[in-house]
Amino acid sequence: MDFGNYLALIAPELLISISGLVLLLVAAWVGDSAARPISILAALVLGVACFMVGPALFDGASGPDTNAFAGQFRADGFAAFAKMLIYLSGIACLMIAPAFFERLGAMRAEYPILILFSVLGTGIMVSSGNLITLYIGLELNSLAAYVLASFLRNDGRSAEAGLKYFILGALASGILLYGMSLVYGFTGTTDFTLIRAAMTLELSTGALFGLIFVLAGLAFKIAAVPFHMWTPDVYEGAPTPVTTFFASAPKVAAVALTVRVSLDAFGLQADAWRQIVIFAALASIVLGALGAIGQDNLKRLLAYSSINNVGFILIGLAAGTPQGASAVLVYLAIYVVMTIGSFVAILMLRDADGNYVENIRDIAGLSRAKPLIALILAGMMLSLAGLPPMFGFWGKFVVFQAAVQADLILLAALGIAASVIGAFYYLKVVKVMFFDEPAGVVQGRSETGHWVLLIGTAIIVSPLGYLLTIPLGLLADRAAVSLSLLP
Amino acid sequence: MIGIEHFIVVSAILFVLGVLGIFLNRKNIIVILMAIELILLAVNINLVAFSAFLGDLTGQIFAMFVLTVAAGEAAIGLAILVIYFRSRGTIAVQDANRMKG
Repeated sequence: MDFGNYLALIAPELLISISGLVLLLVAAWVGDSAARPISILAALVLGVACFMVGPALFDGASGPDTNAFAGQFRADGFAAFAKMLIYLSGIACLMIAPAFFERLGAMRAEYPILILFSVLGTGIMVSSGNLITLYIGLELNSLAAYVLASFLRNDGRSAEAGLKYFILGALASGILLYGMSLVYGFTGTTDFTLIRAAMTLELSTGALFGLIFVLAGLAFKIAAVPFHMWTPDVYEGAPTPVTTFFASAPKVAAVALTVRVSLDAFGLQADAWRQIVIFAALASIVLGALGAIGQDNLKRLLAYSSINNVGFILIGLAAGTPQGASAVLVYLAIYVVMTIGSFVAILMLRDADGNYVENIRDIAGLSRAKPLIALILAGMMLSLAGLPPMFGFWGKFVVFQAAVQADLILLAALGIAASVIGAFYYLKVVKVMFFDEPAGVVQGRSETGHWVLLIGTAIIVSPLGYLLTIPLGLLADRAAVSLSLLP
Repeated sequence: MIGIEHFIVVSAILFVLGVLGIFLNRKNIIVILMAIELILLAVNINLVAFSAFLGDLTGQIFAMFVLTVAAGEAAIGLAILVIYFRSRGTIAVQDANRMKG
């Protein structure tokens, strides 16, 4: 393998970083009037990057040929699956943003560029084969995300969200780093494959602490209980397109990263981390469901819903098998579509003055003023709850199937029981929209781009989505196999 | 003789101080930024000590990356703090409560 091959393996990252830098110069030169063209260009760049990861995704690339720079970077099928989801959600967040920010007079040319850099960081995260690459990718994503959270500079809530996200994100990075330093000290290496080889026998106390700290830091990033407390505040305070981004691309990357670290680097110590993951999974499902019940802000409600969904994803991880990893990927793909759909639907709700509606009371009787949006939002809610006719059910089904086949029957049973609690608040939103007296708050027309995205996600989430189960399952299986989890 | 365990103990103490600094701090947000730096420095002590102890350069390279990122992180943190102060007029921790639930 020579240097040229390595550059070919990181081609999507090169493309995104170079075009991000060029667009940054353009933005500095032309100013905010270029915000819309730059958004379109950034979306095009991500579209091209999608095509570049396509071959690795469809071939399920695996083996030493996918390792670049002495194992620092892995362009395998697993990374390609996650990157495809990340790039597509990045495009969606670029599509919905200009209309939102222009209405508030806050559209700046930096937004698409920050999204590009954040997407670049998430791409490096899922491709990392070494603790150093992992850290650099994670921080590249986080630093851009902190700025995105506080993007509405004159809005107190946005600034507060940015501040809280920064402090807790930095704390999470610190915990993760401390764990990585211990893992390095007690195994003598930062390479995932070598860590795996060094962790064959009984774990020393130091290495065990390292493993726990690393998992705790990652749990922060995926917003799993008990490290979830930043999520509701940040999701509520950040501008809605940014919240959509947080709930999709970085979430996918953090989950994929957690899967890779636990199954690859710590794969032979599954007994050490399985208890932790099972606890986090059940606690996330229960707390995510209970916390959502009293909420009256829709974005806050969806934040708890994302905590709840992460719990189900972790059930797939707890299985600890390639099948579990494949189930996690399928769940992620469906979850991203559902979450983008729900946030776009919320984004389309405005009152008579053009302000964005976020309160549940204000969408009472929405089915009369905006029947199509109400119907689609109800579909998204039912799908997030995992009710059978909708596609969201399939994600939960594969995850529980993987858990049962890994002999975690009790975990699967508890998960299914706890998901019933979650159904309550999703159904409450549906009830408020369809059966309450109209509040008459929501008015005005919505942009075409939003409609396109909303209807696109609605078709995938609807029962028609089941046509996708076979190709999606095949791709996810190949991606999971490319993790090459040999003993 | 100072051994590796002394370094680990010092860095563990610094790490715990940093975490406590974030959670027990009731005054202002600048102190939290300092606590975050403390955590990252604890990590660096660990990395450099292990690197010297193992006779392996990776740890020192890692420490360089951590330092670089910590600088960027501090810059962004202070920038966010400035816009927060502009909109709120205070940087006291107990005032950061516009959103609750």
